[in-house]
Amino acid sequence: MRIELERVSHTFGDGSTARTVLRDVTLTLTERRIGVIGHNGSGKSTFLRLLNALIVPTSGRVLVDGLDTARDARELRRRIGFLFTDPDAQIIMPTVSEDIAFGLRRSGLSPERVDARVRDLLVRFGLDAHAGHPAHLLSGGQKQLLALAAVLITKPLALVMDEPTTLLDLRNAAMIGRVVADLDQTVILATHHLDLLAGFDRVLVFHEGRVVADAPPAAAIAAYRHLMDPES
Amino acid sequence: MRTSSLGLFRPGQSPIHRLPPGTKLLVLLVLGAASVVTQRWWWLVAALVVASVLAYRLAGWGVRLWWTQLRPLWMLLAFTAVVHALTSGWQRAVADTGTIVVLVACAALVTLTTPTTALVDTIVRMAAPLTRFGVDPERVGLFLMVGIRCVPLVAGLAEQVREAQIARRATTSTRAFVVPLVVRSLREADALGEALVARGIDD
Repeated sequence: MRIELERVSHTFGDGSTARTVLRDVTLTLTERRIGVIGHNGSGKSTFLRLLNALIVPTSGRVLVDGLDTARDARELRRRIGFLFTDPDAQIIMPTVSEDIAFGLRRSGLSPERVDARVRDLLVRFGLDAHAGHPAHLLSGGQKQLLALAAVLITKPLALVMDEPTTLLDLRNAAMIGRVVADLDQTVILATHHLDLLAGFDRVLVFHEGRVVADAPPAAAIAAYRHLMDPES
Repeated sequence: MRTSSLGLFRPGQSPIHRLPPGTKLLVLLVLGAASVVTQRWWWLVAALVVASVLAYRLAGWGVRLWWTQLRPLWMLLAFTAVVHALTSGWQRAVADTGTIVVLVACAALVTLTTPTTALVDTIVRMAAPLTRFGVDPERVGLFLMVGIRCVPLVAGLAEQVREAQIARRATTSTRAFVVPLVVRSLREADALGEALVARGIDD
């Protein structure tokens, strides 16, 4: 997958309330594992939302395999899944299996094929014992696994993840990290759990709406630490 | 975020669980329409209240779950009962309050005994004739889905706001309850909308 950002800027609001959160970002991403780090409000989430066409840039353009996010949003969302920080915000249906199946409602697949795909994902993520349970009664880690399964059911080519471990304890964060490492898809992951980035191909460091470091994990994390605490 | 399990489907094999979703919705519709007439006879409404409790028993549950569905409305029920008792007599109080009880308890019984997917599929099928008027049946189903999702979500938010209110000793302030509840509900609605778009439900 090839993702290109051409002089992308994004501003929320207008007039006196305008707040520019991304400034003139130009990037080409082709790696399979891309990390995104930066302090709160640095522009990470806006950057990720641009990739999935949840928002379109105020200026510049974002191309995914040649598709422009401003024009081809629907096709793009078929190719790129999005995982939110708070899995509760992503759960739509009341039970675990219904929520996983939800993304295929309009796919035209037979109920048997939908069931088979749901079963596969339930087993893969260890949720098979909870298939008929209310989704909101799962633990935090299980909810995030459910949200991931609900995204994967449509077989996207890439996954954009916006701090999926921020609300989880270390054990669940590590579990999500292992699941992410095993995914076949291209992954673009924003996180504050820096150890999740071990083995990633490339890490972008955002600061005040700009990419201030773009390097393999060790070098990018060192640059981020220095940025946050120049004395260190 | 914590959410309430109010009205959410509970698997079972009872006769009510096995009824087709369309039949349950039809009974609910008939009850709603008939309530205009049944309100005239307090004893009939009282009998329907008892019948709604028995329906919960038939579904495999007891009066406790029946009351759980109604508890969030207790202030409204009490207000309705008191106002009618003072202005129109106890018979009218029983009839009007009982009608609300029957309709809410029965609507909850439908969602408690029917998987949401089955309910939505039924609604989508029932809405199919509206296609000729430009209505998208799937969108009607989506409205229902989001509506069902929002009931426990908002109930859970209300509980959290209430706890925060108690923790900050603002227990008597209506404003301290309503303002954060509305703000948080709007924020959750925003997040839910974004999730729907991210999952391709955007056309």
